[in-house]
Amino acid sequence: MIQLLSADGTRTPHEEFDEVLEAGGLATPERLRGYYRDMVMIRAADLEATSLQRQGQLGLWASALGQEAAQIGAGHAARTQDYLVPTYREHGIAWARGIEPWRLLEMFRGISHGGWDPHELRTHPYMIVLGAQAPHAVGYGMGLQRDGAVGTGDLERDTAVLALFGDGASSEGEVAESFTFAASFEAPVVFYSQNNQWAISVPTSVQTRVPLAQRSRGWGIPSVRVDGNDVLAVLGAVRSGLDSARAGEGPRFIESLTYRMAAHTTSDDASRYRPGSEEEEWAEKDPILRLRRHLAGLDEIDEAYVATCEEEAHDLAMQLHHHIHGMKDPDPMIVFDNVYSEPHPIVDAEREAYVQYLSQFEDEEAGR
Amino acid sequence: MSIVQLPIAKAITAGLRDAMRADEHVLIMGEDVGVLGGVFRVTDGLHAEFGSQRVVDTPLAEAGIVGTAVGLAFRGYRPVVEIQFDGFVFPAYNQITTQVAKMHYRTGGRVRMPLVIRIPHGGGIGAVEHHSESPEALFAHTAGLRILAPSTAHDAYWMTRQAIETDDPVIMLEPKRRYWMKGDVDTDHRPELSPWQAAVVRPGTDLTLLAWGPSVPLALEAAASAAQEDVSVEVIDARSLSPIDVPTIADSVRRTGRLLIVHEAPVLGGLGGEIAARITEECFYHLEAPVLRVGGFHTPYPPARTEHAYLPDLDRVMDGVDRLLAH
Repeated sequence: MIQLLSADGTRTPHEEFDEVLEAGGLATPERLRGYYRDMVMIRAADLEATSLQRQGQLGLWASALGQEAAQIGAGHAARTQDYLVPTYREHGIAWARGIEPWRLLEMFRGISHGGWDPHELRTHPYMIVLGAQAPHAVGYGMGLQRDGAVGTGDLERDTAVLALFGDGASSEGEVAESFTFAASFEAPVVFYSQNNQWAISVPTSVQTRVPLAQRSRGWGIPSVRVDGNDVLAVLGAVRSGLDSARAGEGPRFIESLTYRMAAHTTSDDASRYRPGSEEEEWAEKDPILRLRRHLAGLDEIDEAYVATCEEEAHDLAMQLHHHIHGMKDPDPMIVFDNVYSEPHPIVDAEREAYVQYLSQFEDEEAGR
Repeated sequence: MSIVQLPIAKAITAGLRDAMRADEHVLIMGEDVGVLGGVFRVTDGLHAEFGSQRVVDTPLAEAGIVGTAVGLAFRGYRPVVEIQFDGFVFPAYNQITTQVAKMHYRTGGRVRMPLVIRIPHGGGIGAVEHHSESPEALFAHTAGLRILAPSTAHDAYWMTRQAIETDDPVIMLEPKRRYWMKGDVDTDHRPELSPWQAAVVRPGTDLTLLAWGPSVPLALEAAASAAQEDVSVEVIDARSLSPIDVPTIADSVRRTGRLLIVHEAPVLGGLGGEIAARITEECFYHLEAPVLRVGGFHTPYPPARTEHAYLPDLDRVMDGVDRLLAH
């Protein structure tokens, strides 16, 4: 497992990744402070979302607690033109792509199935069907190849795709098929699996008997396993993978070893299947704490910066709180919108019949 | 060259070729669609003309084929996917129902899915298991999909063009046992009739006989046979199965008072049941008899040497006609 930052914040050099980090200016003290701030912000938003679910404001929340480095690192490793293809637990990725946290809440509150424009933000919709997004990522990459957006040597224009999925989804057939397509067509795709140890209640050992990183090698797809709680290792691996893919060198696979600190979702009870001692053990490897220790060791962070981040995070949580209280339920007639992009007589007739049905009650109300 | 005589398979080839010439974002994907030209030769010659970037021999994985087509559509392409046989669509069923059908809805209309999924469907070719099925009801039940089922070479050409031009995903059910049935194709003049509408292909007054795809020639044969007994059968080719054109069918039934629906798919849960319910609702006081259906049984598709018992044939359709007229 590649690690550049140990749990106590000690920095270990890594020739390839250090070169990549250096070339991209990705590990300057200013950048590191930025990642720290991002992780603090997204954790606050995550905790607030859990709290909003408990208050009945969200139907469900899937917490990404503990996976902040695995996501903030990967999100910032991508270049602006890259296309990211997330699961439903990718709040750090969304943050790094500039998707405001309140937009994530739309689907968990049940007012839409997704709150952003995938084309504009170059981020696929959250995917709930496990692994189903992986072939989309490969197909997008095949499109990039046909558009001449791969392998021209222009790092600012050549584009790659980051396909995200978890350890559980790695067992899905569509992920295996995606490896096959990506390998055969040398698609510019980096498969990035956050192994957070648990697929709801089932440990990774049930999904794979060998380190997940080995999974892709039978396809001839080079792979690495990195410490997913180490933002620098993640940045190095993902930037290196994406740059190699954009250069036309074919797909890569990265296993990012991390831990889902919270239950699967707010509907889950992790105490039924894993000991609290395991959570305590992983708390020691916390990605935010680790980066803060590293920055402190460099003398590049002070109490004032930490306090400012915490204030901003608190403000963000408050904003979310206010935002959700201002979120109106949509007009029920949207049920019929966008089923098709062109007129469809059955949907149109059902919409019309429902309007008629509702109008009887309006008449009754008026008659009273 | 305005009107040419082509078998249905070649009319589809011509439709694909013209669509690819008209729009460079149209791609063909599937198993054996390249150099071989597909197991039914529907994509014959396209690889030679357009090359392997536009006519893509994919790995043998249906979910991967449809799933990567979704990604290509996100990137602005209009993929035409070939599923080799009806029974092999099921590995892609997840992608078709949870992704292709729902992406436009999920994204609030921000992302369109102009995919065409071509499926040679139906029985009667003496094939082994999984090569003779009619899964249209499964897809018609899924909102977000459109389904076209041409029965003539002319429709096969134009529906191929129109399915590709449509911004919604379209499943094209191609009548595989009629692939070599010839017909006149006018490639110069766009048909006035929308692909989403049914067509009265033989007018009549005593009874309406509704069919689609491979069953339309059978329905026409039955109408000709009935005419010899002075029974006037109106034949409707449904053409589109999603949306189903209820007004055209209802119009006919209001005149004839009787409806017989023929399809190869099992009657139980088949599209015929949905049409019968809608026609009963809309034409209740015009009906002289209950709507009847002739179709496959509630069995898996049987071994080829027994498929003649499973598939609607002239005798079973005429038996349906007799039962309707007995009321």
